[in-house]
Formats: sequence, C-alpha cells, structure tokens
Amino acid sequence: MRRQQASLAHRRDLITESELRTDSRNLLSCLRETMAAGQGQDISGPGWAKVRDLLSDLSRRRAGQGFTPTETANFVFSLKEPIFEQLVQMYGERPKELAANMWSATTVLDNLGLYTTEVYQKSREELINRQQQDMLELSTPVVELWQGVLAIPLIGTLDSNRTQVVMQNLLEAIVAKSALIAIIDITGVPTVDTLVAQHLLKTVAAARLMGAECIISGIRPQIAQTIIHLGVDLGNVITKATLADAFALALRKFKLTVTQG
Amino acid sequence: MERIPILRLDRFLLVSIQVDMHDRLALTLQDDLTADIVKHRAKGVLIDISALDIVDSFIGRMLANIVNMARILDAETVVVGMQPSVAITLVELGLSLPGIRTALNIDRGMELLRASRESEGPTIGSREIV
Repeated sequence: MRRQQASLAHRRDLITESELRTDSRNLLSCLRETMAAGQGQDISGPGWAKVRDLLSDLSRRRAGQGFTPTETANFVFSLKEPIFEQLVQMYGERPKELAANMWSATTVLDNLGLYTTEVYQKSREELINRQQQDMLELSTPVVELWQGVLAIPLIGTLDSNRTQVVMQNLLEAIVAKSALIAIIDITGVPTVDTLVAQHLLKTVAAARLMGAECIISGIRPQIAQTIIHLGVDLGNVITKATLADAFALALRKFKLTVTQG
Repeated sequence: MERIPILRLDRFLLVSIQVDMHDRLALTLQDDLTADIVKHRAKGVLIDISALDIVDSFIGRMLANIVNMARILDAETVVVGMQPSVAITLVELGLSLPGIRTALNIDRGMELLRASRESEGPTIGSREIV
C-alpha cells in the first residue's frame, strides 16, 4: 500500500500549484511512514502525531488563505479514489480482504479529514477571539482634554464585559492623571437600553467614589427619548448634548475662560 | 487591642486605614472616632483609604455609618484615595455611598474640608467663635 501511494502524488497534482504539490508530497510521505510503522487506525494515538501536526499546520494555512473547510477536508478525501483503485487492483480476487482493507482505509481517511475541519474551525475561533480582545482594547481609550479633565469616547454597543473594561480604564486614568472631571461621551453608542444606562450609572458612581465628577455627553435626540420612555432615572448625573458643551462646563468648573486672540 | 490611630490637625481629624479592615476593627474605629469628634470639637474628618484594597458590604456600610454619625456631630467627612478596584466593588455591591464626599488624595480632601468650613462662616464681626 505504501508504494502505491507514491503514485497518488501525480493525481493530486492535477490541482496545480507547486505549494499544493509539496503539501501533498509531505502528507503522503508522512502517511507512508506512519503506515509503515504499523500504527493502528486510531489517529489520536501518539503514532499519528506527525501526520496530525502536518495536517493542523496545513489546515491553519488554508484557513488563512481563505479556503472553505470543505475544500480543506476534500484535500484529504481526494486520497480515497486512488487508494481504493489500488486496493481493488491488489485484492480484486479476494473480496474479504478487499472489504477489510477498504474499511480501514476509509476510517483513517475520514478521521483525518474531520481532523482538518476541526483544526480549521479552531483556528477561526482563535482569530475571532483575538479580534474581540483587540476591539475591547481599541475601543476604550481615555484621553486627557485638559489638566484634570479626562474624556472617554465610547464607540459601539456597551455590554457588561465592555463596561467593566471601560470602568477599569477610566478609574485607573483618574488616579494616573489625578483628574477631577471625567467626561463620558456616548456619541458612538448606537442604542441605550436599561442595561446600558445602568452600566453608565455604575461607572459614574464608581468615579464619584474616587473623588471625580462625571459628565455624560453626546446624547442624541433619539437616545434622550429612549431614556425617558424607558423610565431610566439618570439621577443627578450631569448630562450634556455635545462633548463641546461638556468640556466648556468642565473649564467653567476650573474657573477657566477661553478668549480669542 | 489593635486600633486605628486618629490624628488631630487643627480642628480636623485624620484617619488613615493602613491595615486590613476587619469587622471588630471597624466597630472600634466607629467608637473612637465619634468620641474624638466630641472631645476635640472637630469640624472635619478625613478618612484615607488608599491602602485599603479589599472591601465587603459590611465595611462599605460602616463607612457610610461613620460619615452619617460625624454629620450628626457637626463634622464634615471626606473619604479620600479610594482604589479603583474598591470603587468598582462598592458600586457592584450597590453601595454607591450617595451622601459621602470623596476626593482623589489627601491634598484635595483637605482643600474640600477647608472650603466647606469657610463657607459655613457664621462669624460675628471678623472673629471666629472658638
């Protein structure tokens, strides 16, 4: 069976590309080694480690190149046809042995194919997780507008996870910059529901406990309407329509005036 | 027994919590502080909790109690130096301590106390009633 697999390389090359050629050559030589070593059919065993590594590497690369998981799995499944042909040639006159060999070949190849899909999916999930993490970090910058005045422009939907990050960042920045006023700008927040409002109030309360005053700015007309319709009590939190208004108020609180000239 | 020291500075009392706050210690502080406010006729109390990194609901409520007791005894209280993690914990516990004045550090806290004392200003002539 090992020798026969060598012939497969040519068939697989029909899909062109030199990279593909090296891939299939590697896979085949690896498979041949494993088969020669007489490892069983259980591809999760240590004997198959080399094949598994090769396939995971391949699957990851395919995922990065934008192949579909089906295409990646088909890469392995395409081995079936030539292997079966060879088996028929070898055992054609002995149907019992043929069936047994066919069965073991199918099992191994199916498992290998499914393994690539699994790895493919895993690599996609890793990518998504990483991007989520990046977004979480990117989306909560704290900027210093003036000595003692911080602004935190929020962009995107607020969920509990993000509020936690926002709160943490804001409070740490308040300590680092010894700020007295923090402006939370929600211009980029598409919708405000009771939960988001509650999160905002929590952040304001926490900042107040640290000795900083909070102003919520960037409230769009629709959001003002929803807040009132939902019956959310913003309490005695100062709210402003625009960041400019909030900043002007902050400067006034510091008894600072802006003059032209 | 372990006690949290209370320092007097002019007409203000300074309390700096440097150790882990446990329940008994909190109650002792409550006793000592109210006694000292009366004894020194203190007008302001500054509680520095910058070294406190763990709070529970009991300590949170105790803080609120101390502030309210001091107010009844005519002393303004400022809590200063709260750690971000402590602030988050208190808010999550639902203790946003609405009546309490807070400041970022001792400097700011003292400023607040002095300002509120000056604004009170029931003076006769220009002399303060001692």
